[in-house]
Amino acid sequence: MIRLDNIVKYFHRGSVNEVFALNDINLQIDEGDFITVIGSNGAGKSTLLNCIAGGFFPDSGRITIAGHDVTGWPEHKRAGLISRVFQNPLLGTCPSATLEQNMALAGLRGKRRGLARGVKNRDRQHFREELQKLGLGLENRLLDKVGLLSGGQRQALTMLMATMIKPEVLLLDEHIAALDPKTANMILNLTQGIVKGQKLTTLMITHNMKHAISFGNRLIMLHQGKILLDLHGREKENLTVKDLLEQFYTAQGEELALDSLLLN
Amino acid sequence: MTIYAALGAVEQGFVYGIMVIGVYLTFRILDFPDLTVDGSLPLGAAISAVAITSGINPYFSLFFALAGGFMAGMVTAFLNTKFKILHLLASILTMIALYSINIRIMSGPNVALLGQTTVFDSVTNLGIPAHYAGLLIFGTFALLVLATIIWFLGTELGQAILATGDNPQMIRSLGVNTNTIIILGVGLSNGLVALSGALVAQNQGAADVGMGIGTIVAGLASVIIGETVFGCKTMPRAFIAALLGSIVYRLAIALALGMEFGNFRFNPSDLNLITALLVIGALITPNLKKRLIQR
Repeated sequence: MIRLDNIVKYFHRGSVNEVFALNDINLQIDEGDFITVIGSNGAGKSTLLNCIAGGFFPDSGRITIAGHDVTGWPEHKRAGLISRVFQNPLLGTCPSATLEQNMALAGLRGKRRGLARGVKNRDRQHFREELQKLGLGLENRLLDKVGLLSGGQRQALTMLMATMIKPEVLLLDEHIAALDPKTANMILNLTQGIVKGQKLTTLMITHNMKHAISFGNRLIMLHQGKILLDLHGREKENLTVKDLLEQFYTAQGEELALDSLLLN
Repeated sequence: MTIYAALGAVEQGFVYGIMVIGVYLTFRILDFPDLTVDGSLPLGAAISAVAITSGINPYFSLFFALAGGFMAGMVTAFLNTKFKILHLLASILTMIALYSINIRIMSGPNVALLGQTTVFDSVTNLGIPAHYAGLLIFGTFALLVLATIIWFLGTELGQAILATGDNPQMIRSLGVNTNTIIILGVGLSNGLVALSGALVAQNQGAADVGMGIGTIVAGLASVIIGETVFGCKTMPRAFIAALLGSIVYRLAIALALGMEFGNFRFNPSDLNLITALLVIGALITPNLKKRLIQR
């Protein structure tokens, strides 16, 4: 279980560029929740994920993951609890290391790294089996450098690496946004399969309303650093893209109305 | 070039090759251009020389030199990672500080090792002629360091060092503290540089505060020559290339110094110019090759 209590985050506080990125966020994520996160640009989606992952610390508030108060933990310390897949397929893997070296690195997520061999013979068979599940033929390319793979192949590998050790929470930051539609679909199906198979607690940011509705059991919409909408189970199942868009524009409309009031 | 000059160059190539392996670790693997080496080479020499003159076993003195260099590297990396000082600047600061520290260690600008037992005596005592002793000791140490570094970078920890240079964001999100890794890596690199300096001092019979000048340039020249001539497709190959690059560099220098064009000869003071030309040559060759192939 993950709890965010009264999370506040400003960027460039006190300057003309001040951004109120997260405005008193309270969120409880239950075990096995697959949450899709939507919101316009600058709504605070990535900031929220980064805050959970420890990319920076919130100005105030508390973050609890699986009973640990991780608010003051640096990113690398939280890594034992969290897995991430980034939007940029190049960020998830080491280009000059081989596939097996990359997988071995991921196989030690959150663990002590000592003087044992980086890639162990007994792991290779396991790596091959895992890669076979992707159906991309990568199981025969264990010794190829990852830099030789395409963006889609690298993102598929990243998904696999992120879930080799079961995380308390999987954070997907628009992880299909940089891929062509066909590859994006492949990665999305892979995501669905892994998340369901391992019953992973997941947060997935997406700009695609259809995906936001059809995936997961819960949907939250962020707007100006606040959670505007939080739909569970039945409410979410009955949702249509039209409803969602309406809600989306109502949220922005209110703001417009407020502006016009002020200007008048 | 006489056979003795060639043997001497290979010998130099081996001993400075230990330094080049260190430079490769920071410059290429960690992507951390580190000028500390101009100070940590004489630091190793100073520590080893002072240790020997105060009666410590010459082999043990090498450990002290290694540890001293390691600490110097840690200071640079600490300034960079914890206080966010630019790596180049942080390393220049440590290098400058080491100049004073080295003089303090030696209680003067140099320490002579005349009449002292060095690691070379253990070989000459076996009846091996002195001009082969250097080659044997330096070659053994260089190959030992090469094998150790290749083994180390294949371990779980070593793989984390490679990943830190390659994709820091990724390895952080896999639970590795990249700051600690950089401190360890730069420390290790300078430890090797200091070891190289200690061996040089024992060989030439003195440690001198000025012996580190131009170390980084020679190191980079060797790295680049090695990459150009021998390639760097895999990690072990890249380190072997760095050591071989060091030997080629010293041979090229010896060759240039032995050349005569009518009345013109190169002086030892022309060394920096030759080095610069060598590096430029090595840097533009791949580019030129590409252009020629395109035509």
